Order: sequence, then structure tokens, then C-alpha cells
Amino acid sequence: MGKLLEVKGLKTNFYTYRGVVKALNGVDFTIHDKEVVGLVGETGSGKSVTAKSIMRLIDAPGKIMEGEVLFNGVDLLKLREDDMRGVRGNEISMIFQDPVIALNPVLNVGIQMIEAIRTNLGYDRKKAKIEALDLLRRVGLPDVESLLTRYPHELSGGMAQRVFIAMSIAARPKLLIADEPTSSLDVTVQSQILSLLRHLMEIDSINAVLFITHDLGVAAELCDKIAVMYGGRIMEFGTKEEIFDEPLHPYTRGLMRAVPKPGFYGELFTIPGEVPDLVTPPTGCVFHPRCQHRMDVCDSEEPRTTKASESHYVTCHLMEER
Amino acid sequence: MNIGAYIVRRLALMVLVLFGVLVITFTVSHVIPADPVGAILGPQAPTHLIDKINAEWGFDKPLYEQFLMYLRNLLRGNLGKSIQTNNAVLDDIMMRWPATIELSTTALLFALMLGIPAGIISAIKRNSVLDHFVRVFSISGLSMPVFWLGLMLLFLLYFQMGVLPGVGRLDTSIEIGRRITGLYTVDALLQGNREAFINTVRHLIMPAFVLGFSATGSIARITRASTLEVMQQEYVNTAKAKGLSERLVVFRHILRNALITPVTIIGLTYGGLLEGSILTETIFAWPGLGRYATNAFMMLDFQAVMGVTLFIAVIYSVANLLVDILYAYLDPRVRI
Amino acid sequence: MTETKKGWLYRHRYQLEDIRLMVRLLNESLTAKIGIILLSCFVFMAIFGPTLSPYKPLVQDLTNRFVPPSSEHPFGTDQLGRDIFSRVLYGSRISLVMGIVVTSILFVIGTTLGLTAGYFGGRVDELLMRLTDMFLAFPSLILAMAVAAALGPGLFNTMVTIAFVAWPRYARLARACCLQVKEETYIEAAKAMGMSHGRILFTQILPMILSPLIVQATINLGGVILTAAGLGFLGLGAQPPEPEWGLMISEGRRFISNQWWVSGFPGIMILLVVLGFNLIGDSLRDVMDVRMRR
Repeated sequence: MGKLLEVKGLKTNFYTYRGVVKALNGVDFTIHDKEVVGLVGETGSGKSVTAKSIMRLIDAPGKIMEGEVLFNGVDLLKLREDDMRGVRGNEISMIFQDPVIALNPVLNVGIQMIEAIRTNLGYDRKKAKIEALDLLRRVGLPDVESLLTRYPHELSGGMAQRVFIAMSIAARPKLLIADEPTSSLDVTVQSQILSLLRHLMEIDSINAVLFITHDLGVAAELCDKIAVMYGGRIMEFGTKEEIFDEPLHPYTRGLMRAVPKPGFYGELFTIPGEVPDLVTPPTGCVFHPRCQHRMDVCDSEEPRTTKASESHYVTCHLMEER
Repeated sequence: MNIGAYIVRRLALMVLVLFGVLVITFTVSHVIPADPVGAILGPQAPTHLIDKINAEWGFDKPLYEQFLMYLRNLLRGNLGKSIQTNNAVLDDIMMRWPATIELSTTALLFALMLGIPAGIISAIKRNSVLDHFVRVFSISGLSMPVFWLGLMLLFLLYFQMGVLPGVGRLDTSIEIGRRITGLYTVDALLQGNREAFINTVRHLIMPAFVLGFSATGSIARITRASTLEVMQQEYVNTAKAKGLSERLVVFRHILRNALITPVTIIGLTYGGLLEGSILTETIFAWPGLGRYATNAFMMLDFQAVMGVTLFIAVIYSVANLLVDILYAYLDPRVRI
Repeated sequence: MTETKKGWLYRHRYQLEDIRLMVRLLNESLTAKIGIILLSCFVFMAIFGPTLSPYKPLVQDLTNRFVPPSSEHPFGTDQLGRDIFSRVLYGSRISLVMGIVVTSILFVIGTTLGLTAGYFGGRVDELLMRLTDMFLAFPSLILAMAVAAALGPGLFNTMVTIAFVAWPRYARLARACCLQVKEETYIEAAKAMGMSHGRILFTQILPMILSPLIVQATINLGGVILTAAGLGFLGLGAQPPEPEWGLMISEGRRFISNQWWVSGFPGIMILLVVLGFNLIGDSLRDVMDVRMRR
């Protein structure tokens, strides 16, 4: 299977009144065809910024500083804006966290779907409408005819997210970026959306997914590979089994311990310390202030990414020792 | 709820509000002044004359009876008689309102045509030189007394430089012909009278500019704020993520939302223009309601005062109603 | 009780931090600085002007009519030979007093009514809304003129008039702010603790909404001065020979063909003062937005 998306050394800054926020400080990971890669991290770790940087949706006061985003071999960061627009919606699609808010409130569903279809597939209005109805049925929505005239605020969270998914798969994108698509939904609706995504992958409506979430449980359900992100860098990357059964990075291990298992009645474990301030990030390894295994080198040098196995990468000084 | 039901609801509300307007004008004209008739006739007036007028206008009857008389007269179209002109107030108003409406509406058009694009560009090119210029311009407009601006421009452009005509709606040498609507611009156009049309427009420029100056400022500011807010919304990102062309993103997604707030204040703005025209008309000797009202207020010509106040309040309410309906059309979230 | 041993400064350290941040942000804003300069000059003029003015405002000098701006008379003289600069200085006091008095009245009445309506809701709220609707159906100057005509001219009446006309907008704002805060959980908690309505309104809700109200009051002050000038211009406010700025503009109207300074300078003063209030009000609002976004 070929490499679909290769992110190398991506760095993105935000220039705010408080100072320069180094949101992404060298992000690396790879997605292959037919893979679901989860990007897991706490709020503020840079997950959404990564997604938007890949799509080049970063506007002032943000700026992509350096790095490469190779999509099927083409560096997206070097494309002209017109060409990038051709990629968006067509080859790479994105769905957002709160679907009701992420839809234009003054336009009805029909208009919003049809414009996506017409822009990316070039259909005329009649054909686009038929396609829209078909897509809505495919995501499991009932009563699709009347749905076209509804407005976003009239939809429930789950329905809106399905509409969103329908819009994004219209052009059979090679990559779907899902930015916390279930975080604002109820748990039951959440699992419905996840099985919908799985179903769509089975029938080839979706090829590969970059699934962003802060919820390890959700990641475990859907993802083949997982990237653990912290403070603007990828701390660990591996298959689901590798991450869950043999976590190597202290942060990942801390996350695993923090998830309470059924039958566990003791005190809940939390990783000590606080999320780093990215205006003045810690020197060396960005995690070192909270790390139990920290060594002297950890606060002076940034760790390199080393290979633990064919698919397993860790960014930690501990690994370099071996 | 659909638009039809919304309109009906708003109409009912407007009727209620207009009733309240009547109550307020009645209170101000009949209840507040201690001795309206005496004030008009002067302290030396013989008592029998005062009594006669009191009886005629019902000032000696209990308040609720006075109010009923007031309403009854109103419905018959009788707004009383004006002291200054000795005509029926209704006639006075009918004769003068086109001038005021022409001035206010031109000022509004001016403010919209200048203010909205300024606000949008200011938002899109945030913190640029143009943005700062627009913001300074807007805030000065809001801080300036309109009558002072009028005087200064009159001094500069008419008395000193003579580029624009000074007072009145028309040069005295030009005729408008038939009065169809009372609006000189429209009437001149309808009759194909080019000379009159140009002359009218030249006379309109300064007063409309002065009047619309502060409105331009407030519209530009609100448009700017609204556009900035919309640009931050997630659905703009969604639109871009769908790969839509820049034209579609800007017009269908950003502007369609950003312009909602400015539209809703058009009603408010028009009210401000109506009251501003009162001040502006005084300076440019514009024969509209403004001068009539000012004289009426100064001379305590109460029937005229009430007539004008009522008239303007009604126009204002109708303008707001139209704007509210437009708002419901533009923003479906409101219709619940 | 041990609580009171820790100082006032310590207990309010978060609010003090907030204020410190606000001051820092204001310091960086050019508009705020200009506004503060303008306003300081205005207040200085209002307080010390009359003492420092070179001439008395009512003194006529018919030999010196219509003197254009010069070193003797920086703003020139008017048709009665009165020094305009001095009159402007005295007028600043009039405007400042009117602005403060009216705004204070508006603040007290508007906030009380708005809070009551917003907090208790139901019939009381409906009543207030309809009442303000009726008042707001008039463009404010029109209503002000009508009321001024009914009450009669004069400075005191002008203040009453403006307060009478401007309170609805203020009450509406107070009500809207109250509604926002009312639903917060700590209010419910206070009620659950058995706090009386009055105490809740005063100690919990009012401090939260104070900031937007103060910002609005600042902006309003400018508007009050403008309206008062407008009424003065129309002859419905201050009466001659008071050196009220609006009235001075009106008096100078007849001579606009040549002696522009009679109307010109009072108008410039109004512009600068109202500009000062607007600039500060704007900056305060921006600063408050930033705080909220954190």
C-alpha cells in the first residue's frame, strides 16, 4: 500500500498579543491507503492545528513556518492556492467538531450540499440534487427529500454530523480528516457515527481517515494506527496494539494508566503537572517537567524520533539509550 | 414558524406600540404642560378667552375624556390647527413631508453605499492603513454635531468657494412643473425635466452628505464588527475546506451572514436620519418638516408639535417593521 | 473569624490582576491614550477654566465685535464683542456637569429597572419591555424636543428631558446583561443557600454586569453632550446668554458667511470632547472583549 500522506517536520506558529505560540513544533507521521490513523492528545496539544495545517486553512495570526506535507508525493505546502483549493473537498475532505455550528446557519442543507457537489464534481444543479439525496441516504438519514430544505439549527447533532459526512464523501476523497467529530455528541450517537464511518470504509466511500480525538476509547474502536501528540510534537506512533499493549513513551504510559478499568476502585491516576504554555515551552523535551523518568539530558536537548519496530516510533531520550 | 406568521405577529406588536406612542404623545401634550392655553395666549389674556378655548379643546374635562376626544379626532384625520400657519396640521404635514423624506432617504442611500463597503474592506484588510482610516473617519462622524458640520461645509463650499448651491431645494429660477409625488428628484425624472433634475441633485448633495455623515460612520463600524465576527466562525472554515471558490466563500458565506446585523440597524439609522434632518433642514433652509417642527416647538404650537411627533414615530415604526421582516427573511434562526 | 485576617488586597487579588491587565492593554492602545488626553483636557478646562479664563464670558465689548482669532482673542469674538475662548471655557463646565448628572441618573434608574425586569421576569419583564418599546418608537431627539417644549427651556429642564428620553436604552442593556448572568450556576447555588433576592441582585449579579454598563455609560456621556447641544442649538435647552456650546453655534449661524469662528470653535470643542468619550468607550469595550475571550 502506498504512502498517502507524509507529514515531515511541520511547524506552525501563532502570533498573538501574548507572544508567539509554537503550536506545532515539528510534527511527523504517515498515513497509508485504507488506513485509519488516530491523532490523540489533550486539548492544546495541537491536534486541530495539525489538521488545519494539512488543509492549509491557517490564517493570520497563524503561519505555517516550515515542513513538508506530501500527499501522494506532492508537497501541499508548496502548491498555489488555486491548486490547493482543487485538492480541498476533492482529494482531502474535513469534518469538524460541532457540526451544527460548522454549517452556515442561514443556508439550508440542500444549498450547502449542492454547492460542495457542484464545486468538486462539476455536476449541473439537477444532477447535483440527485447525488445529494443519494449521499444522504447512504449515511443513513431518513426522509431525505424534506431534509434538503431544513436549516442547520433544526438538526440534531447526530443528524448534522451525518449531513457533514455526506458532504465530505461526495467526491470520494482519498483522505478524510475528522477533527473530533464525536466530541460534542452523546455517547450513543457517538458509536452510531463511528460505525457509520466503518461502514463507509467497507463500501469504499471513504479511503483513509485521519481521526483526531482526545478520547482513547474512541481511538481504540476505530483506528488502525495511533499517533500520540503532546505540546506540538508526536511523542509516539504505532499500531493500535503496539500503543495499547506496549506503550514506550512515558506520556503514553501515563495516559494508559489514567484510563480507569472496570472493577477498579482505587484513586484515579493523573499525570502530575500542567499542560505546557506554548509561548515559553519547556527547554529540551517538551514533556520533561511532568516525566517520571526524566534525565539530565531531557531538559537541554530535544529528543529525536527513533524506531522501535517497523511501524513503531518514539520521540524520547530513553529510547535513544538503547 | 414561517415568514407569514412572523409578519402577522410583528404587525400586531406594532399596533400595540403605536397605541403606546399615542399615549405618550398625549401625555406630553396634555398632561405635562401646566397651563398650555395660558402659555400660548400669554399671562395677560382675559380669563373668559382662556375659558372659551379650554372648553373648545376640552382641557377642562377629565383626562380619559380628553384622551378619547384626542383619539376620535385622530381617526377623523384631524390633527388640530397650527398656530403658526393657521392651517390644519394635517395639511401642513402633507405639504412638507416629501422634502424631509427625500433628504433622509438620499442620506440613507449615501450612508449605505459608502458605509457598507468601507466596513467590509476594513474587516478583510484588518489593521491596514485603510482600516485605520475608516475607523477614525467613522468615529469622528459619530462625535460630530451634525448642525455644526453643516454650517462649516456651508461656509466652505458655498460662501467661500461657491461650488455648491447654498439653501433651498431648487434655484428660484427653476420650475418643477407638476407635483406628482412631491419628491423633486422623482417628479423631475418623471417629467423628463433634465435641468430641474440636475439642479435638485446639486441642492441635495450638501445636506444629504452632512446628514448621512454620522450614519455612514455607524454603518461602517457595525459592518466591520459583524464581518470580523463572521470571519471567525467555523462555517467559514468549512466552506473553505469544501474547496469552494473565493467568490462563493466571500459572498455566499461571509457576506450573507455579515450583512444581517447592518441591515437590522437600518431602521434605527433611518430614525436617526429623520431626527437629524430636523437639525439639518434648519441650516439649509430646507422646506421640510424639520423647520416646521422647530418653529412649532419654539412657539409651543402644541397641535403641530404632536402632529409632527406622531407622524415621525409612525414612519419610524413602519421602517423598523419592514427591517424586522427583512431580518426574519435573512436569518432563519429568528423565525421561531 | 480567620477569614478577615487575610487582607482586602489578597482576597481581591484576581480582580486586581484583571484591572492590571486592563490597564496594560489600554496603555498599548493609541486610541485609548488619545481619548484619555482629550478627556483630561476637558475635565481640566471644566474645573479650572473659569478661574483661568482671560475674560468674563458675559462681558460685552461692542468696540471689538467680530475680531477674528488672534493672540488677544484665540477664538475670536462674537457679535457682542464677547471673547469666545472664555465662553468656551465656561461652557465646558456646563457640558461636563450636564453629562455627569444625566448619566448618573440614567445609570441608577436604568440599571435598577433593567435588573428588576431581567431578574424577576414574567409580567414585570413584559411590562418593561413594552414600555421601552413605546419609548424607543420615537427617534430620541424628536421625543426630547417634544418633552423639552412641554417642560420649557433651561439647563435643568434639559437634563430632565434627556434623562427621560434616554433611560429605555440603558434599561434594556442592563436587562440583557442580567439575563446572561442570571442563568449561571452560581446564582442557583446562591438561591439554594437561601440568599434573599435583594442580596443576590446586589452582591452577585451587579458586580458581574458592572463593566459593560460602565463602558456604555462612558459612551453615553458623549451622546448626552451631543443631545444637549442639539437642544441648545434649537433653542429648547440653554437660553442666552448662557455660554452653552450648542447655543453658541446657533447664535453664530447668522454670521456664517464670513465670521465662521463664532460657530466654528464651540463645534470643534463638542467634537473633541465627544470624540474623547467615544475613543475611551471603544477601547474599554475592546479590552473587555479580550478579557472575555480568555
